[in-house]
Amino acid sequence: MIAQLTRAEREFALLVLTLLASCGLVMAAGANDDLFALHGGLVLAFAVGLGFLVLSGLHTPEPGDSRLAEYYDDPSRAGIVLTMGWAVFGLAVGDWVAWMLAYPGLTFDAAWASFGRIRPMHTTGVIFGFGGNALIATSFHVVQRTCRTRLAGQFSPWFVLLGYNLFCLLAVSGYPLGVTQSKEYAEPEWYVDLWLCVVWVTYLVLYIRTLARRREPHIYVANWYYLAFIIVVAMLHIVNNIAMPVAWNHSRAYSAFAGVQDAMTQWWYGHNAVAFFLTAGFLGMMYYYLPVRAGRPIFSYRMSIISFWGITFLYMWAGSHHLHYTALPHWVQTLGMTFSLILLVPSWGSAANALLTLNGAWDRVRDDATLRFMMVAALFYGLTTFEGSFMAIRAVNSLSHYTDWTVGHVHAGALGWVALISFGALYSLTPALWGRARMHSSWAVEAHFWLALAGTLIYVFSMWNSGVIQGLMWRTYDAGGTLAYSFIDTVVAMHPYYVARAIGGALFLVGAAIGAWNVWMTIRGPLAATQRAGDDRPLTVLAGE
Amino acid sequence: MFGLHYRLEKHGMALVLGIILVASIGGLVEIAPLFTIDETVEDAPDMRLYTPLELAGRNIYIREGCYACHSQMIRTLRDEVERYGPYSLAVESKYDHPMQWGSKRTGPDLARIGGKYSDEWQVAHLIDPRAVVPQSIMPSYRFLVTTALRTDDLGLHLKALSRVGVPYTDEMVVNATADAIAQAGTDGSDGLTSRYGTATQARPFDGNPGQVTEMDALVAYLQILGRLTDAAHANRQPPEE
Repeated sequence: MIAQLTRAEREFALLVLTLLASCGLVMAAGANDDLFALHGGLVLAFAVGLGFLVLSGLHTPEPGDSRLAEYYDDPSRAGIVLTMGWAVFGLAVGDWVAWMLAYPGLTFDAAWASFGRIRPMHTTGVIFGFGGNALIATSFHVVQRTCRTRLAGQFSPWFVLLGYNLFCLLAVSGYPLGVTQSKEYAEPEWYVDLWLCVVWVTYLVLYIRTLARRREPHIYVANWYYLAFIIVVAMLHIVNNIAMPVAWNHSRAYSAFAGVQDAMTQWWYGHNAVAFFLTAGFLGMMYYYLPVRAGRPIFSYRMSIISFWGITFLYMWAGSHHLHYTALPHWVQTLGMTFSLILLVPSWGSAANALLTLNGAWDRVRDDATLRFMMVAALFYGLTTFEGSFMAIRAVNSLSHYTDWTVGHVHAGALGWVALISFGALYSLTPALWGRARMHSSWAVEAHFWLALAGTLIYVFSMWNSGVIQGLMWRTYDAGGTLAYSFIDTVVAMHPYYVARAIGGALFLVGAAIGAWNVWMTIRGPLAATQRAGDDRPLTVLAGE
Repeated sequence: MFGLHYRLEKHGMALVLGIILVASIGGLVEIAPLFTIDETVEDAPDMRLYTPLELAGRNIYIREGCYACHSQMIRTLRDEVERYGPYSLAVESKYDHPMQWGSKRTGPDLARIGGKYSDEWQVAHLIDPRAVVPQSIMPSYRFLVTTALRTDDLGLHLKALSRVGVPYTDEMVVNATADAIAQAGTDGSDGLTSRYGTATQARPFDGNPGQVTEMDALVAYLQILGRLTDAAHANRQPPEE
């Protein structure tokens, strides 16, 4: 970590960490409420801990200029380890809350362990912890390879990766203590949001500067998606989280928006967090690792252009389909539904582009579980986007909204698409980055694949059942013209599906744990007999510059 | 078109600007007009503000993440109107920073829960949901009864809300702490009703007049849900389906 930094860069890192520690100290010492003080202490501990790490390496030999002739992969390596850690954590918490809905005693009567406080730990842990780290780690790798250049900073990649993880840590530690603004998928409070802003803008600048240094005339399609992911997430995050803090030293803030405007802003954010965090970023991943692993070029360049701009334009209109039949003006609901339907075209364009790329390589899909992860991910992407457009239709939404059908839909996308494409990419990337011939155990990759697939299917099928049943029970009338079921009747009817869902989640979790073990053993395993190809270097140096 | 793109993808900043432009349109068309079109939020002259105690209760509702299982948005559907009451109007959440419409009903909608159950029922249910509804899967919130409510910073809360557009007066801000304590007590307070209206309910919501607890605040909030204005009950338009 420190070996790649020069003395001046190490001192700069210490300066930044000192500033961060001072912020933490001021927060802790001047806090108006205990939670703000606690988070100040956490920031301080984080900065001091990293400070010791840098100090301990301050006098180790400096790297020569030859480092610039190599890709900068240390941040990606650390990112992979963090990704697997967050995956196991986020999925474990998710499975816990799943069991909690079947057996409410699992809160153990602790204030911090209620469903409402733990559930955002799961969503933030998997979306931002697991997904975000996977995106940062792979984006650093992909942008260097496709631009044939080294990252445009030595310290800033570490700032982005570790700063982002501090954000995740503050968010996830805040919920059980009660620090949340209760905006779905944007729960962190104002000061945590501000910190993410700083980190994210650094990420954008680093990415743009690296693109500017490219030694290829064209920017490869994977980078368009990573770029859209970084830019639009910044837009969404900033607008949706505009808030007025109670005081500078208070953990609570009040959203700038209220009622119907807040609802629309929130779901503009919420749906496009799905679009640009969980779709665009992972499409970037798919557009690089799938063709590389399959040894085939992308099926259609033109299809990727249409899909890219289609997704970037259309998704931003679709958020209002979360608000059908509500107090949101009717014209906005109709726009949301219409654009959600059109959105199927670019979505299926991307899915088809991925699957058609595999033509001529289907034998590898059969033999190579890593490629199979990515193939099934593309399949789930296609299925989920179809389901999403379908559920955006007002009449369908009247049944599905507020039920577990939505939860099932999200998990078809999150488990089937996002997690599987990430695992596929990580199984390609890990041996390459550490110079290993292959993953430690190919049997374990195979086992992980089947556990993940079985877990996803059990999860999604049980949620389809519970969602449709609950939606129908809510609207069933008896012969006398009155509602046939009380609300609690519908809760009781959900129990078997909640148990099944938790079992599906447990299978997925076991698979991810095996994956984490496999990644760890690969890192600790022996170097490959033949080292990586000699052309895996920035082009700058090959050209003698 | 593809020729144009062939050139575009050679220029990083052009790509960046293109993405920003294309991605901005949807939000600008759908969100910006909601702030300018008058019909978006109905007029309701009788709409009243949350009292400091109710606001503190709302903050507990937010802290506990109740939105994860409870909506506060009755849709314009016949079965919802019959189950929960008149469908929700935009004006009813015009002071909700942020709104708590929710997206999932693991438990029932709460938009009109105010006044449906007694304080005693609410307190007993929050302490042990299964003692009241045996099949319930809701967590217990027994710690609310024993946790004293923080009231000294309520003025700051009201001040922050007034900065984002909620019409709290300076008088309300100054008296926030006293009003919260008065509302949870037995003697009531003329100041409280003169500031927030005569319909303001003042009583020891948790049944214990000796201490202002988080239970007082949360129950006070639950009992006002759906009762800030009568606009929804006065609305004669039938549900859509």
